Amino acid sequence: MSEAAAMQARRAARERWFEYTAHGPADPLHGDPMALNMGPQHPSTHGVLRLRLLLDGETILEVDPDVGYLHRGKEKMAEDLGWRKFFPHTDRMDYCTPVMPNLSYALALERLAHVEVPERAQVIRVLFSELGRIAAHLIYTGTTGIDLGAVTMFFYCFREREKILDILDQWSGHRMNNTYVRLGGVAADLSPRVVEMVDQFSREFPAKLDEFEELLTGNRIWYGRNKGVAEISGEQAVAMGLTGPSLRGSGVAYDIRKAQPYSGYERYEFDVPIGTCGDCYDRYLVRIAEMRESCRIVRQALERLPGAAGDHLAHDTRFVLPPRGRVATSMEELIHQFKVVTAMALPRGEVYQAIESSKGELGFYLVSDGTPRPVRVYTRSPSFVSIQAIPTLAQGHLLSDMVAIIGSLDFVMGECDK
Amino acid sequence: MTDAPWFRPAVTILAAFGAMMSLAAGMTLVERKVSAFIQERHGPNRVGPFGLLQPLADLIKFVFKEELAPDRANPLLFLLAPALACLPAMATFAALPFGFLDGKPMVVANLDVGVLYVLAVGSLGVYGIILGGWASNNKYSLLGGLRASAQMVSYEISLVLSLVSVIAVSGSLNLSEIVLAQDQRWNVLVQPVAALVFLVTMFAETNRHPFDFAECEPELVGGFHTEYSGMRFALFFLGEYIAMVVMSGFMAVLFFGGCDVPFLAIAATPWWAGALAMVVKMGFFLLLYVWVRWTLPRFRYDQLMYLGWRVLLPLSLANLAVTGVVLALDRQGAAQ
Repeated sequence: MSEAAAMQARRAARERWFEYTAHGPADPLHGDPMALNMGPQHPSTHGVLRLRLLLDGETILEVDPDVGYLHRGKEKMAEDLGWRKFFPHTDRMDYCTPVMPNLSYALALERLAHVEVPERAQVIRVLFSELGRIAAHLIYTGTTGIDLGAVTMFFYCFREREKILDILDQWSGHRMNNTYVRLGGVAADLSPRVVEMVDQFSREFPAKLDEFEELLTGNRIWYGRNKGVAEISGEQAVAMGLTGPSLRGSGVAYDIRKAQPYSGYERYEFDVPIGTCGDCYDRYLVRIAEMRESCRIVRQALERLPGAAGDHLAHDTRFVLPPRGRVATSMEELIHQFKVVTAMALPRGEVYQAIESSKGELGFYLVSDGTPRPVRVYTRSPSFVSIQAIPTLAQGHLLSDMVAIIGSLDFVMGECDK
Repeated sequence: MTDAPWFRPAVTILAAFGAMMSLAAGMTLVERKVSAFIQERHGPNRVGPFGLLQPLADLIKFVFKEELAPDRANPLLFLLAPALACLPAMATFAALPFGFLDGKPMVVANLDVGVLYVLAVGSLGVYGIILGGWASNNKYSLLGGLRASAQMVSYEISLVLSLVSVIAVSGSLNLSEIVLAQDQRWNVLVQPVAALVFLVTMFAETNRHPFDFAECEPELVGGFHTEYSGMRFALFFLGEYIAMVVMSGFMAVLFFGGCDVPFLAIAATPWWAGALAMVVKMGFFLLLYVWVRWTLPRFRYDQLMYLGWRVLLPLSLANLAVTGVVLALDRQGAAQ
């Protein structure tokens, strides 16, 4: 039997079982597998993911992920809202990773509109992207900790994440969904207070990471729960389309910041940590190492900031709002503002721009017909791809491993369902 | 009246019940306060000074909560399970000696087979969990119940074997006499391996983290008590804490001299000092329970099997063999 046919047969058998055990006289006590519904309301499915499990005792025979419980039709909304007004919606896709979804969309728009971003804005973007990556990985470490019983990790990680949110608050006035990346730059420059806070955070954070590692990395129980669970080879991971830490855990050194640098990442010095065997433990180690690298990048961005040329926003009257003060005094600027707000049209064309988000390759594919509204906005969300790896990863493992697998893939349903 | 034959038992029973209940209730507060300390939070601090009345507030809340039972749950077993989980833990407390007054042990039931009694009755507690899981008509609860039963089989053998070597050393099954036998030297010094095995298995015996697979919130939602609410849930909860108190007391009595104050003969110790020593020792192990829970990740359910069958069982068997050989040689030496 060919592989495709075998898969087909397996799927048919699985469907039959799920149907059978849902309605029929299945008898789990005498050898029949048991169908178990996990989610969408479940403590460790990280949002509203639903998994249909087929269990033999506690061994997982089949998993069938069911997504879409958080579907809000973001991509379709973009077609109606227009280019600018879609910005806040990108925030609400991956709400665990501040700034980065914004940035991905902004970069795509800038490529479509051929807008040059000043160096200072790029440095600020990199700085907050990396802080956002740390915040997201902290959520990963904390929630995976809580899933595997290390409840205290959650509090420690969220305490650190809180500091990042405070920095974002100081910068933008919002803690999570700040929408502060704009076409052509960012909405506001850094105040000295923000620089000071970032400086302090990036100095203190590596020591905190050491503390986390002391609690988890060498812990025999943590090692036992993660080592060898849900191994996936590099080829398999590539074939499935996994990106980000989940791919790098399998030993594939693919990082968009290195492969297709954006926002001047090529000028920063950082390593791409990779794992060896692609199990949950490697994915954990990769994320911890990435937090250290992000911290390094933040330090470099801070050093680069005083010398960075330009403003925090490009001066491009076609796509960028003029400064507030000038609108009140200059007729031209008033006209520009009116046009940008009401009918900002982007040149005809299509573009795909991806960034290395904390979850993997987060990309926006935009199609423009030269009008103020997009023809199509497509989001390449890494979480969606990660979830499709669950059935392969979970097969033959125990129910307890399921939470480790869910945790180690680190997806966020807002971005998966869109 | 104080000479009446029923006076001393009555006072002992009342005192023991009060001690057990206040220790268990206090533990719920201590657990939350210590976990808050570990996690850099404040913990409960609204009810009474420093949140001291929190257990009382919890009790009132539990009493007034609506008791829900799922459709097609087995009503009798569903009602019975919490009591079955709680009662054995309470009953084992009766065998714990808290000291000696006028040369007689301060214990509700001074049994000659005290160790056996505690093991036998304590093991019954798992029925409450299994039945609760079964009667709930919920797959998560069922898995929790099944885990509890499989778990019990895999660690209780090591638990008992570790105790056999203690019994061999002390020469008695009576808990009070085991305490007296440790007047000079605590059993933990003679039987460190048995103490270690007991320490690990007592976490499993009480279904406590890192072995709380029957509950296991992340994957089984609440495990066996997913469907329980109100006082029925509170009984499971109380049972767990009383079991913790009992196991800590058991640990203190078997390995740490019970009411023995270091460098002081038991006969010369005033009764209150003995009781205080006992409570301090218990308190240490109770704190250990809490400390471990909020520090370590949870084992996987098959990893406890591995630990039980392939690490603890050989270890306790070897310990028993060595103990037996040493005791036999000792006796031979004494005979010559």
